[in-house]
Amino acid sequence: MAPEIETMPIWVDFAGGLQTLFSNKPNHMISLPIFNPSDFSPANVGFLISHLVKNHLKHPQTEFFVQEDGHLTPGILVLINDVDWELEGEEEYELKPGDNVIFVSTMHGG
Amino acid sequence: MAPSLCAICKTERAYIKRPKNHAKLCKECFIRVFEDEIHHTITSSKLFYPGEKVAIGASGGKDSTVLASVLKTLNERHGYGLDLVLLSIDEGITGYRDDSLKTVMNNAVQYGMPLKIVGYKELYDWTMDEVVQTIGKKGNCTYCGVFRRQALDRGAKMLGIKHVVTGHNADDVAETVMMNLLRADLSRLSRSTSIVTGDDRSEVKRSKPLKYSYEKEIVLYAFHKKLEYFSTECIYSPEAFRGSARSLIKQLEKVRPSAILDIVRSGEDMARLVPGESPSSCACKGQKAAAAAPVDDDIGGCGSTNGRTPGGEMAAMDKQLRDNEEYAELEVDVAKAISKSKQGGEETKKELPIRSGSGPSKGGRQVLGQCKRCGYMSSQEICQACTLLEGLNKNRPQIQI
Repeated sequence: MAPEIETMPIWVDFAGGLQTLFSNKPNHMISLPIFNPSDFSPANVGFLISHLVKNHLKHPQTEFFVQEDGHLTPGILVLINDVDWELEGEEEYELKPGDNVIFVSTMHGG
Repeated sequence: MAPSLCAICKTERAYIKRPKNHAKLCKECFIRVFEDEIHHTITSSKLFYPGEKVAIGASGGKDSTVLASVLKTLNERHGYGLDLVLLSIDEGITGYRDDSLKTVMNNAVQYGMPLKIVGYKELYDWTMDEVVQTIGKKGNCTYCGVFRRQALDRGAKMLGIKHVVTGHNADDVAETVMMNLLRADLSRLSRSTSIVTGDDRSEVKRSKPLKYSYEKEIVLYAFHKKLEYFSTECIYSPEAFRGSARSLIKQLEKVRPSAILDIVRSGEDMARLVPGESPSSCACKGQKAAAAAPVDDDIGGCGSTNGRTPGGEMAAMDKQLRDNEEYAELEVDVAKAISKSKQGGEETKKELPIRSGSGPSKGGRQVLGQCKRCGYMSSQEICQACTLLEGLNKNRPQIQI
């Protein structure tokens, strides 16, 4: 039996059209492993993004969310507990249980 | 990481990092600064006069929703005395526009503004659903763009309004500057950087009060003010991201966020080098009625000071400018659509009387006249909408003409 991986709840919201990439659902409760299994570093937003792509992105056009290098596609805003992620260290921000991460696309028409 | 404090009030926690200057602001100070800068753009460009009736081109998307909200706020705060109306276009796209129009209807109630909806069906006897059934998806954006431009004007006329404001933001303008640069289309570059297009001679003028507002800040403004907007991509425009110029702008912003306003300002500066043309950038640098000497821009909301000519020269060129820029916006839309359709196929190109898209527009000047068919203002004998309609009507399967 595989060892239990300890997870924490992260509230993830998609807006500005991004929800169409994630089963058309704007709000998700994600059970995120508390460590990145590749290097056992604490789970940060960068790990959350790769976790979302691997497990939740249900759309063939992944480039609307991430680039080939795995980084977020420019033009998507990220808010961590309503704070601009640029003030929180972007991908390096270490997530805590219950954190709310919002991805908002700015690319759709106005 | 310890939370930063707001750079303005120094008491609240910072929630926003501004792309233009990296300032860290709390929600309240951000909202105030965002509105104040638009107020600065409006007053320094003398966009409105007291008592003016203004139609807000409202799609239900983020830009026009924020524009309506900010204009309502500023109109009340600063006593502009504007009579604001929401004007929406129903292109007749089932499952797209009918949904977004519901958002506009909600906005009309929330903001206490009258709403006018004009449909392609009533104006042209075609919905976009029918256009796509007839010509297919390729090139349909060209039709939609040409029709929309005229529809907004006609809607405004029905309301007795001579001024339509649109939600074009700094990212949109930067994108257009890049496209016109890449095409080496200097005259269009000049027109596309203007904050106002059209003048008293034309029936309806257009302006873009959000010209210096970052898309990021528009989205954050909507988020923190909890504004309701609609964000689904048009079902007939499968490229969810509007072309490579758009991606390029976003990549540049990632590297250096101030790049967007720098491109807008560079576009204005370059446009002024185009012989016989002049852009109307933020008038705090000395546009028409403004004093001859350039005024220093303390808020930083508008054009750069590099290489500015004295305001007197700007004023002298202003009339010439106004003669030139009537169709700036339409051309942008058409050019985009054509470049798209060029990639995919040739079928729409033949029918289009518009600049072929194969090269820059020739010369700068357009002579404004009237369409011989519909009487609508046009720089050609038959306006673009009528030419497109002629092609459509010939191909309408069940109707004999």
